Amino acid sequence: MTAIDTTTEMWTEVCDLDTLTPDRGVAALLDGVPVAVFRLSADVDSSHVVAVDHVDPVSGVGVMARGLVGSVGVRDVVVSPLLKQRFDLHTGECLDDPGVWLRTWPVRVADGRVLVGGVAPPAGG
Amino acid sequence: MAPRSLLVVGNGMVGQKLVDLVVGEDRTEAWHVVVVGEESRPAYDRVALSSWFEGRTEADLSLVAPELLHHPAVDYRFGRVVTDLDTDARVAALDDGTSVAYDELVIATGSTPFVPPIEGRDLAGCFVYRTLDDLAAMREWAAVEGRSVGAVIGGGLLGLEAANALRALGLVTHVIEMAPHLMPQQLDRPAARMLERRITEMGVHIHCGMSTSAIEGDDAGVRSIRFADADADADPLVVDLVVFSAGIRPRDDLARRSGIEVGERGGIVIDDSCRSSVAGISAIGEVACHAGRVHGLVAPGYEMARVVADRLVGEGADGRDPGAPSTKLKLMGVALASFGQTVADDGCDELVFSDPIAKVHRKLVVDATTGALRGGILVGDAEGFDLLALMASGDVSTPSDIGSFLSPVSTSSIATVGPDALPDSAPICSCNAVTKGSICGAIADGAHTVKAIGACTSAGTGCGGCVPTVNRLLRSELDRMGVTVDQRICEHFAYDRQQLFDLIRFHRHRSWSEVRSAHGTGRGCEICRPVVASILASLANGYVLDGDQAALQDTNDHALANLQRNGTYSIVPRIPGGEVTPAQLIALGRIADEFGLYTKITGGQRIDLFGARLDQLPAIWERVLAAGMESGHAYGKALRTVKSCVGDTWCRYGVQDSVSMAIQIELRYRGLRAPHKIKAAVSGCARECAEAQSKDVGVIATERGWNLYVGGNGGTSPRHADLFATDVDDDTLVRYIDRFLMFYIRTADRLQRTAAWLDELEGGLDHLRSVVIDDSLGICDELEADMARHVESYECEWAATLRDPERRARFVEFVNAPEAAAEPGWSRTRGQRVPLPTTRREARV
Repeated sequence: MTAIDTTTEMWTEVCDLDTLTPDRGVAALLDGVPVAVFRLSADVDSSHVVAVDHVDPVSGVGVMARGLVGSVGVRDVVVSPLLKQRFDLHTGECLDDPGVWLRTWPVRVADGRVLVGGVAPPAGG
Repeated sequence: MAPRSLLVVGNGMVGQKLVDLVVGEDRTEAWHVVVVGEESRPAYDRVALSSWFEGRTEADLSLVAPELLHHPAVDYRFGRVVTDLDTDARVAALDDGTSVAYDELVIATGSTPFVPPIEGRDLAGCFVYRTLDDLAAMREWAAVEGRSVGAVIGGGLLGLEAANALRALGLVTHVIEMAPHLMPQQLDRPAARMLERRITEMGVHIHCGMSTSAIEGDDAGVRSIRFADADADADPLVVDLVVFSAGIRPRDDLARRSGIEVGERGGIVIDDSCRSSVAGISAIGEVACHAGRVHGLVAPGYEMARVVADRLVGEGADGRDPGAPSTKLKLMGVALASFGQTVADDGCDELVFSDPIAKVHRKLVVDATTGALRGGILVGDAEGFDLLALMASGDVSTPSDIGSFLSPVSTSSIATVGPDALPDSAPICSCNAVTKGSICGAIADGAHTVKAIGACTSAGTGCGGCVPTVNRLLRSELDRMGVTVDQRICEHFAYDRQQLFDLIRFHRHRSWSEVRSAHGTGRGCEICRPVVASILASLANGYVLDGDQAALQDTNDHALANLQRNGTYSIVPRIPGGEVTPAQLIALGRIADEFGLYTKITGGQRIDLFGARLDQLPAIWERVLAAGMESGHAYGKALRTVKSCVGDTWCRYGVQDSVSMAIQIELRYRGLRAPHKIKAAVSGCARECAEAQSKDVGVIATERGWNLYVGGNGGTSPRHADLFATDVDDDTLVRYIDRFLMFYIRTADRLQRTAAWLDELEGGLDHLRSVVIDDSLGICDELEADMARHVESYECEWAATLRDPERRARFVEFVNAPEAAAEPGWSRTRGQRVPLPTTRREARV
């Protein structure tokens, strides 16, 4: 996977942290690329805010931000609302179909604002 | 080897059962079957004949699977009779001049109703009750203006069935029985009295100890019935229609002509293997006389069919006494059972429970020396019948506290004591004569669901009454085999839905985080989150997307719309009862046109508008609300639609205002969250145009009120709803539905429709009735209060969403670019906009 330089200024502001409902996603546009941003509920130990592709690789439709968040064992997952495949929110890996995955995006929270970083890693990276 | 020839004469219920068994079990294709049936149609369910008047069709009643009519091993000859038998050459001559050679002949010609030699019995308007043609003739006669009173002569089992048919025709109904009480064959006097009280309550007039001396009338038909021994100046009973149901006579004339031995009072004499006196010829059903007795019930007939089928194609080991006299049935909605010895002789004691208030009468006959149960009669409440019948047959030993089985409330059934105690030979499914042993065999062979067991053994596929027992047996067998039966809904909660519901209700939890931290682990998942959301909504009925509930809703609930495969949504406004004004139709048309929405009429009398983007939903709903419509909850596990026919406002046949009732029901339960979607329908007469019997809640108008049906389903496993209550008034109807729905919501599994819930409910329909009608659990007040709270706090979710800017703000596609929207690709089909075709992927199961 291509390393993303988080020291540069390639960050896009998405929204205020307060507007995010825990364990629910929103979609945002990152230089025209749709990403899905999730705030994980604080009472469960995990990274706080994560971002993955918004486009469901199975259907090719931008719906991942509308999926349900949950856990499988210790892994945090989002479930595609269309055909219900589960994806690891931290690695993008699909638990049900090894042939597909979501790209993951770096996230930073600064001054109560959520920023998603970088340009799109190469597709399939 | 060429197949041998089996000739079955008669295509009634029992004859057809034999054909089913032989064809179904004939793995070596040893037999070719010729069936000769006198009627022009294939065999049908005569036991349920009166339901034809309640809306069942000929196809519903048919017992012959369509594929059987074209089966290579079966040759049906309808509308034909066998005129002669050459029992030496084994050839039968038919009335069309053809002949059929046979190796084995089975006579199943049944019986004819006995019409006593009374003056006037041939008048127009006199009928017998046996075939669909008889029913059609009765209906035609009763339909003539001014004919409003019917009488049944004979108060036995069939007579009361016929009385039910007259009620269904809307006639004032009289039953005349010569004996001092009803059903003299099966019941003793106190039991019959209780039955009479119940039936009288339904508006049927009972006349016992009355002997009919003449039917009076003229060319225009019957006018009245005159009784013997009546005072000379007593008025005769004025009637417009008479049905004779004074017993049956075996149709044994073919046997008589062919030198086959018949009993003293008719019927082909058979031995325990159902063989007649002539080699190669057997008899089964009501034409047969076994141990000096002709049985007028279907169960012994089925048992005979099984005995013959086992002899022809099976191992022949499972033969049981074909005359085991045990019967349980619903007669005009009254539970009735008799088994074994029903009258105590010298060596027996009688234990009697009689409750004139609940109108329940139960009698057990017990051996005075050994204490073993010999038989009994149950009227008004047949709870425990299955287990008691097994005790009486000796399959289960009688416990010393048999007296505790008298009162229905304290009675155990097989379902409650556990089927482990039963021997393998115990019959579990009496409709299809399936033993515990065969069910356990099927489970061992890998049938691990009730459905799979039904597919291999037929258990539970008849009346369905044994499904709870089968389910119980399945669980205990799997347990024994070491197969874990995991009831937990998912890895995050070690409870099933009902347990979770009780916990949330008991602890008054109001949020997901409370529920999860108190009872669960992890972050939850796509299974438990919506379950908790649904329970919280059922109990509190607040806005479903407030607080942390927002994170629980599957996408449809979260968007308050239905996600389609290209990421857009469809919306369904509520159209209560299917009644819509022209102005609303025009408004919907304008909205659809403006937003380019594909428009389709749904199966539930509503209009579905497809292709709305997430960000368009608020604007569309603003317009829908402005047209005076509201959310239809098509996106939720909630009440969907209450379908109706047009009712007596317009229809020539309607007897009640079905549209108003449908609207009342829909508005009362709109928005009610449940384990699965709920559908309902209201029909304005017995023609049942609203298809109410395929709904979770079905209501059918009668002359006197409403019949309530529950547990119906369409979809992949269609199920006819069960008749739950008859002739109830508006208030009672709503009260029963309140209780029924809330009890379902409390106790059903996740994604379990009422049909599957009812099938698995221990005690089945009888238990449900006792909870909902008799309040046997003492929870009806709570159930009604829960429902009242729902009705009071209902609010259209879309109105609530649009009123609140914060809620409304959720409906954007991209949070950092509210103006941008991802427009999917479109094509056009038949003048409307549809998604571009894409390749299909498998859904995760």
